[in-house]
Amino acid sequence: MAASLTRRAPQTHVITALVGNHPGVLARVAGLFARRGYNIESLTVSVTEDPDVSRMTIVVAGDQLVLEQITKQLHKLIEVIRVADYVDAPTVERELGLIKVRAEPKDRGEIMQIVEVFRGRIIDMSDRTFVIEVTGSVEKLDKMAELLSSYGIREMVRTGVIAMARGSRTA
Amino acid sequence: MKTGARILLECLRLEGVRHVFGYPGGAALPLYDALYDEKQIEHILVRHEQGAAHMADGYARATGGVGVCLATSGPGATNLVTGLATAYMDSIPVVAITGQVRTHAIGKDAFQEADITGITIPITKHNFLVKRVEEIPETISKAFHIARSGRPGPVLVDVPLDVSLAKMAWDPSMYPDKADIPTYKPTTRGHEVQIRRAAAALDEAQCPVLYVGGGAVLSGAEAEVRELAERTNTLVTTSLMGKGIIDEHHPLSIGMLGMHGTAYANHAVHNCDLLFAIGARFDDRVTGKVDRFAPRARVVHIDVDPAEIGKVRVPEVPIVGDIKTVLAAMLPHVKPKPWSAWNDQIMEWKSEFPLVYPSDGRLYAEYVIEMMGQATNWEAIMTTDVGQHQMWAAQYYKCRRPHQWITSGGLGTMGFGLPAAIGAQVSSPGTRVLCLSGDGSFQMCTQELMTATVYGLPIIVAIVNNRSLGMVRQWQELFYQERYSHVDLQASPDFVKLTEAYGGFGLRAETPEEFRNALSKALEVRDRPVVIDCVVPTEENVYPMIPAGQSVDEMRIRENLEELKVTVDTEGEEWSFDREERVLEQFVALRKGGSSAERGS
Ligand SMILES: Cc1cc2nc3c(=O)[nH]c(=O)nc-3n(C[C@H](O)[C@H](O)[C@H](O)COP(=O)(O)OP(=O)(O)OC[C@H]3O[C@@H](n4cnc5c(N)ncnc54)[C@H](O)[C@@H]3O)c2cc1C
Ligand SMILES: Cc1ncc(C[n+]2csc(CCOP(=O)(O)OP(=O)(O)O)c2C)c(N)n1
Repeated sequence: MAASLTRRAPQTHVITALVGNHPGVLARVAGLFARRGYNIESLTVSVTEDPDVSRMTIVVAGDQLVLEQITKQLHKLIEVIRVADYVDAPTVERELGLIKVRAEPKDRGEIMQIVEVFRGRIIDMSDRTFVIEVTGSVEKLDKMAELLSSYGIREMVRTGVIAMARGSRTA
Repeated sequence: MKTGARILLECLRLEGVRHVFGYPGGAALPLYDALYDEKQIEHILVRHEQGAAHMADGYARATGGVGVCLATSGPGATNLVTGLATAYMDSIPVVAITGQVRTHAIGKDAFQEADITGITIPITKHNFLVKRVEEIPETISKAFHIARSGRPGPVLVDVPLDVSLAKMAWDPSMYPDKADIPTYKPTTRGHEVQIRRAAAALDEAQCPVLYVGGGAVLSGAEAEVRELAERTNTLVTTSLMGKGIIDEHHPLSIGMLGMHGTAYANHAVHNCDLLFAIGARFDDRVTGKVDRFAPRARVVHIDVDPAEIGKVRVPEVPIVGDIKTVLAAMLPHVKPKPWSAWNDQIMEWKSEFPLVYPSDGRLYAEYVIEMMGQATNWEAIMTTDVGQHQMWAAQYYKCRRPHQWITSGGLGTMGFGLPAAIGAQVSSPGTRVLCLSGDGSFQMCTQELMTATVYGLPIIVAIVNNRSLGMVRQWQELFYQERYSHVDLQASPDFVKLTEAYGGFGLRAETPEEFRNALSKALEVRDRPVVIDCVVPTEENVYPMIPAGQSVDEMRIRENLEELKVTVDTEGEEWSFDREERVLEQFVALRKGGSSAERGS
């Protein structure tokens, strides 16, 4: 659910919520954001090391007070186990993108160079297009998309950020 | 082997449930079949499911326990929605049980299917769809635990038809002792350091005020609040929801604050140097413009819900915890203080801006309320509807104890008053229950008069009949240049005849004297509802009023305040008969008679 294709809003925060792996949890969380008027930049849901627990990584826009309300309100949902924001902690954040770009024969060399520099991979190819896979920070994906846009991006999909604290701290 | 429906009823018994308010239908048939020979739980048949939800809510507010309502799938369940939202906004513990279509039919637009768990996510604290009969006991146990603990609230349990029909071997000894929800552990004990800081702040303050809300009522903290106030001689103002936490006849009580609060409470809060907030959530009807609210004050804020702390105003001393527990831990650190010059200042405001109303021979809502209070020694439960009459009741009905004042504050639901009164009367047959309604509000749940008649409930409803949607009319007068758009209720039923059609006792009063006579007749009635149609002037407004989003500087008061102060001595009004004795008689008779609800069924 990458709401904005390229740029993050000025003040964004990454929140991780560990939630019970029940049907309907996503509806409760998404409903909370909609109802209270919080802006979600992206939201990913995935399995974790524990099959009963899912992990949501949510990127939200808003100031410190908004962030505090969001974490507290999230925590009130009965099925939310833990909420962590990473305001004061160093984290690693990654996003995966797939970009289908127009690749005319004359441009192919240049495009492959860009892919090389960003450590992406070309994973599919037709006579007019490449599909490029790239992982990294949001900024890196933004930058790459920007460079490729001059050739013509036909389609792009991004997973939204997933994040983890550095060191031994866990969510 | 027992059916899921029977097991569910046994679980309700184990939760201490004695009354259920409900209405049957297809998907609830197994539940109603089980109720057919249920001895310990009395089912009250309502006339509309909204009524059932409000009754469960009124029942909970009157007792401090959990209220239970029951409805069938689809339209039955959706009719509960307004009632659940009302309970949710005021943090009232209600458990709603709804029938649902068979599990395999869910999601297929089956007959009378509504996604009630989806619909009620934003208006319940939590909800459950029970998928298998084995889940029933655990789900009921969790539902009650969630409803009554932490910040209370309504919980809905949706039970598909095949689940309530399915059988399993079960006996009550298998019911969980304690609901275990690892993801839900509300904090009840406050932080020790903050508790000491709060006590110190109160000690240091020159001009402190206690601002007490519904959380203190929900927590059952009246003794602790009173001790805190009395020991430190700190005046107490309450929100609409906090009424009764301290006896409003107590010299330390300065009534309600906020939009229609007393002028003196608002001046006190505006000028205080410490605002000590106890289970109150800084609602916009209280704060008006937030950055002009208590502008000089440091704030102590105690609330069980961490999300309330800092939501509107960032406190200097935040305490997350249950009010009763936190105050009990705080009191040993609280030092006695004498009556202060600051308190004298507030008393001066009180004599400068008293609550007054005209006495010109016409009947006024304020008079109706004062008479109802006096006639019952201010001990009756008072429920209200929503509008001007509600605000007058908030100003003039001086509660002696918590759980005596039952009103829809957060959602402001017209139609709440009558069913809430029924719920309260069912819970407390020995207590007099009064309802103050409006000619608009009364018409939103009138049908429940039938319920009151059938169960022989002697509630007394006074309809403040201003032939208008008064509160809206007031806003149109003051803020929309008297463009009175669709607020005229000249065309209403004859409330006396209407009441009689429902089997109740109908009376009308157009003057103070007629009202006193009507009330004394009403107090004689013991076996059915009484409705008094009180004909009052249309053009009366509620004052004081701080217009929405403004501050105490913009407060409007009665234009002829000075005149009224001279002519009216509200305290001196004589009650026409020996009320103490009469009321006592009433109570004794009611108690002897046992639960009228039981007799009615
Ligand atoms: C027409 C109209 C006019 C109104 N005008 C006014 C007005 O002038 N003044 C006014 O005050 N209100 C007014 N209201 C009501 C107003 O809308 C709010 O409902 C009310 O102010 C909220 O009261 P509260 O702050 O006590 O919070 P409540 O809604 O009662 O909330 C209770 C708080 O206590 C907390 N809590 C619950 N249980 C516990 C516990 N065990 N321990 C600790 N904390 C707990 C909760 O988390 C919550 O924060 C009006 C309503 C209507 C319909
Ligand atoms: C269900 C519902 N619909 C609309 C409103 C908006 N509203 C608030 S007060 C009011 C007028 C109430 O009129 P009445 O019951 O006659 O009381 P009065 O103000 O005249 O005392 C209205 C329409 C509401 N609070 N609830």
